[in-house]
Amino acid sequence: MTDATAPAPAGDVLLRVENLVKHYPVRVGVLVKREVASVKAVDGVDLELRRGETLGLVGETGSGKSTLARYIAGLHPVTSGHITFDGRDITNLPRQKMQPFRRDIQMIFQDPYGSLNPRRRVGSIIGDPFTVHKIASGDKRKRLVQELMERVGLNPEHYNRFPAEFSGGQRQRIGVARALALRPKLIICDEPVSALDVSIQAQILNLLEDLQSDFGLTYLFIAHDLSVVRHVSDRVAVMYLGKLAETGETGDVYSSGRHPYTQALLAAAPAADPDEADSRQRIILVGDVPSPLLPPPGCRFHPRCPKAQELCSQVVPPLEVKSGDPETHRTACHFPVETGEDLARAADMLRDRAEPGLG
Amino acid sequence: MSLLEVTDLRVSFPTADGLVQAVRGVSFRVERGQTLGIVGESGSGKTVSTQALLGLTPGGDISGSAMFNGENLLTLGDAQMRRIRGAKIAAIFQDPLTSLHPLYRVGWQIAEMIRAHDHSVSKAQAHKRAVDLLTQVGIPEAARRVDDYPHQFSGGMRQRAMIAMALSLNPQLIVCDEPTTALDATVQAQILDVLRRLQREYDTALIMITHDLGVIADIADSVMVMYAGRAAEYADRRTLYYQPHHPYTIGLLESIPGSTGAGERLRPIPGQPPSLINVPSGCAFHPRCRYVMDQCISEAPPLVTLQSEAGGHRSACWLPQAALGLDAKAEELRAEAVAAGRTDRARAVAEASAAAIEAKGSVA
Repeated sequence: MTDATAPAPAGDVLLRVENLVKHYPVRVGVLVKREVASVKAVDGVDLELRRGETLGLVGETGSGKSTLARYIAGLHPVTSGHITFDGRDITNLPRQKMQPFRRDIQMIFQDPYGSLNPRRRVGSIIGDPFTVHKIASGDKRKRLVQELMERVGLNPEHYNRFPAEFSGGQRQRIGVARALALRPKLIICDEPVSALDVSIQAQILNLLEDLQSDFGLTYLFIAHDLSVVRHVSDRVAVMYLGKLAETGETGDVYSSGRHPYTQALLAAAPAADPDEADSRQRIILVGDVPSPLLPPPGCRFHPRCPKAQELCSQVVPPLEVKSGDPETHRTACHFPVETGEDLARAADMLRDRAEPGLG
Repeated sequence: MSLLEVTDLRVSFPTADGLVQAVRGVSFRVERGQTLGIVGESGSGKTVSTQALLGLTPGGDISGSAMFNGENLLTLGDAQMRRIRGAKIAAIFQDPLTSLHPLYRVGWQIAEMIRAHDHSVSKAQAHKRAVDLLTQVGIPEAARRVDDYPHQFSGGMRQRAMIAMALSLNPQLIVCDEPTTALDATVQAQILDVLRRLQREYDTALIMITHDLGVIADIADSVMVMYAGRAAEYADRRTLYYQPHHPYTIGLLESIPGSTGAGERLRPIPGQPPSLINVPSGCAFHPRCRYVMDQCISEAPPLVTLQSEAGGHRSACWLPQAALGLDAKAEELRAEAVAAGRTDRARAVAEASAAAIEAKGSVA
């Protein structure tokens, strides 16, 4: 949404995530619980968010993108790694010390039905942050809430209504107003428009865009819809099974993605244009995303990758700048995709071996 | 003769709040081996209109006709409908987890479907056929996975199992109701690919119901855009995307991120879909339409065939027929028509909807 510029100076980094790891132990036993395995939800992720930008985080179910967001928001303790916000380490801070940072980091959730308490009035839902942080009460709180409602395009007279009286799009506006209440620096948007109809989706995207320029917000925008991410993001990070596959400026990743997974994702996203749909290469992957309980060794994408070689199953590829790419564009792949390379045929051959029934 | 010809289908549900007019006069055809896409937002009646054909709308008042192989589906008795549903017309729904019974093995459920329609098939034969079908839809090691329970399948595999079940009796028509909405992008691509291959192989006709214009662009031959229980526009795939006539279709196309160019502001349709109890007068879309004219408020536009190069292009809108497409010339024609057809009454509606956009798309 802001102009994509050269890498910002280090001082402009609002949030830095370093080697973040979250493993959930799997325990068995009745009296003595033995740890038999762990779900590697997030497994060594490095991210940087610059002030005022929108970073799009893309990935499929089980890629760990929402988990990552929850750790950044400080909702749960992490296993290891560091989260630095506005120059201060906020990793696993105790509740009391985390409190001031919660004002600065807010979230908007996917489900406009599940994220609002159906038994509370909209005014009190949006006004909660003012009470929790002891900022305003009584008439002052009501005034602030009504200002917010107006700002996000809700009728302030509906202050006393219940969530059930609003449509999906309006509920998402309530969620936006609640996130905006404390004038945060960072808003984590976790699939904010995926539950909405296309025409309503465009309304919410425009609203988020306006708010960003009015309040200088920074967004971490999580979505699985690639056209939405392309529209809102300055930079994009592609996640697969708990690790980053590729990150870079939005234009670079979309026009010359180097990771085969990025290419497959882009090819899979349906284009609302018959000519484009007919002419683009179809890279159809084999199977599903594997379980994070037992991620494949080496590159986690290798069992589904049309370019995989032996090295891929042995060595984890580091996230690094590949030759010919700008400094901001990093890919975790041993054999990055070259311009003009046709992955569709290789993918078909791999698939014919795995799924002999189709053909 | 078309495989399925639906004429003036109406479905309404009496409720405590009033009569919900879910489908208000829809006509469409499906040809053998072709795919009809039905697009629309939540509550546009796209699902109800196909479920009514299969006798899956208990409590609904249905009128109109739906000729399938010379039989009117809407007048069939329960027993006759059971003979057709599943065997001649199969259905695949959005959520594959709730479509499968959690306590029975996947293979058993497919075999049951086969045996319910043909008692002469033995259990062993049906089981073998289930394995074949699962192999065909791309389930690896189908002979082993056939005895799994639904929870042991991933979302994509469950949807494949649903497709296998739908195919088990070689139906002539498969109704796919948002079959890929709950799935990830790469899995969606797999499922659409399976459907496309099987359609080619068996010459099955598909009705693809979705809100995703991308899926339609990928797979449909012709498309019907529905709004508030009626067809707004009906055209072949390319015409709909490149020469749309109805402002609602135009609005949908312009709402898609990327349609206006990366980083540019989106042009959403203001407001939200209407209640189907109190459908707006005249054209149901008029309160949200930026081309609203006086006539639109008082008279519902009929679905007329446009005099254009593409045959069979129909649109229900009072704008001039020549105003086709998204280019400047069409926009000019529309502006002229609006200038001539709009007096105070329509102006007030247009200003209200423009003001809603100004207030960041507020709707109240």
